[in-house]
Amino acid sequence: MNLNATLFAQLIVFFVLAWVTMKFVWPPIVKALDERAKKIADGLAAADKAKTDLALAEKKVAEELRKARESGAELRSGAEKQAAKLVEEARAEAARIVSAAREAAETEAAAATQRAKESLREHVAQLAVAGAEKILRKEINAQAHADLLAQLKSEL
Amino acid sequence: MSIEEAGTQAHEAAANAPSAGEYIVHHLTHLNSTGHPQASIIDFSVINLDTLFYSLTLGVVTILILWFAARKATSGVPGRFQGAVEVLVDMVASQAKGIIHEEESRKFVAPLALTIFVWVFLMNAMDFLPLDVLPSLWQGVTGDHHAYMRVVPTADLNATLGMSLGVLLLCLYYNVKIKGFGGWVHELFTAPFGSHPLLYPINFAMQLIEFAAKTISHGMRLFGNMYAGELVFMLIALMGAAWSSSGATGPLLMLGHILAGSVWAIFHILIVVLQAFIFMMLALVYIGQAHEGH
Repeated sequence: MNLNATLFAQLIVFFVLAWVTMKFVWPPIVKALDERAKKIADGLAAADKAKTDLALAEKKVAEELRKARESGAELRSGAEKQAAKLVEEARAEAARIVSAAREAAETEAAAATQRAKESLREHVAQLAVAGAEKILRKEINAQAHADLLAQLKSEL
Repeated sequence: MSIEEAGTQAHEAAANAPSAGEYIVHHLTHLNSTGHPQASIIDFSVINLDTLFYSLTLGVVTILILWFAARKATSGVPGRFQGAVEVLVDMVASQAKGIIHEEESRKFVAPLALTIFVWVFLMNAMDFLPLDVLPSLWQGVTGDHHAYMRVVPTADLNATLGMSLGVLLLCLYYNVKIKGFGGWVHELFTAPFGSHPLLYPINFAMQLIEFAAKTISHGMRLFGNMYAGELVFMLIALMGAAWSSSGATGPLLMLGHILAGSVWAIFHILIVVLQAFIFMMLALVYIGQAHEGH
């Protein structure tokens, strides 16, 4: 263990190596490390964001589905109501038509009755006249007895 | 069994093989600029060529490994290699962040810590190569069978103290930068015992001792661990070298080498990584202390 000039040579080499490392080795490695750390941090943040986005989208989908279901139900109930209304209207119309028909029929029947009565009266009057003619065996002046016949008719 | 006995047996086994003592001393001698072992403890006219070569080579390998990862670094999905380097960078960056709160200082100190960790780890890991491979290769290349060569730069006090001195210089630099020269001088004389003229010399002495102790223990800790580790590998190698001893001793020594060598190599993995980590952490702590007032 003798001391000699190797000491100083080693001292100089020591500083030269340290300088070279400082200049050419340390910065790129540390830079790469820092960049990678940043990349990883960014990646993690992106993953987190994607997760929240996904949750948000899922929530939105659920909301949309719920809305669609609601509007579907609404439409159906509207359609049912509409159909019921239509049926109701149709029923009322039918009833109206039926009653109108009945009324017309009744009027018709009444008129027919009236007409039958009229003709019956006519016939009764003629029959009466004919009967009376046959009974009296003599010509009755229809003209002279028209008033009498008309009175008879209205009394029937 | 002592080293001498093992050596003697090894000596008996091969007449022209070195004795255990010679073997170890030879392996602990640096290939330096003079070509022969350094005579005095401190001699700045000498330079250890082997330490310099291996630490420089491994320094270049360190830079290449890191640069290769840095060149291809993308923020996309990392490959295994990039991932491994990123783990290292991240570890060092978070340690630096916990210790040094000045953002501006970290721009230099964190890369410095990364370099220290990888570089010291690679230099320590030279211990895993079989003890004699590179030295005998070198001896073959030079044709000199006594050529010296040590392959673990951190088992050379010059290398570890050189780095800890670098850390000391950084401490001084950041002391002045953060506190201002006046502020730092003020701290030198008033901390840790307080501001009183009588306490100035004591404070100053304490500060000097603190700086010296930090720096020397910083370098010595790494050196001691790697030197001791290397020495144990040498002792284990000596056991195996005596495999042809007479009787049952030889095979037993061989078995001992295999067992102890495996155990020590496995344990050494821990030491290699741990010491590199400790060296880096202490550098960070010392530089961090320079940022904080007493």
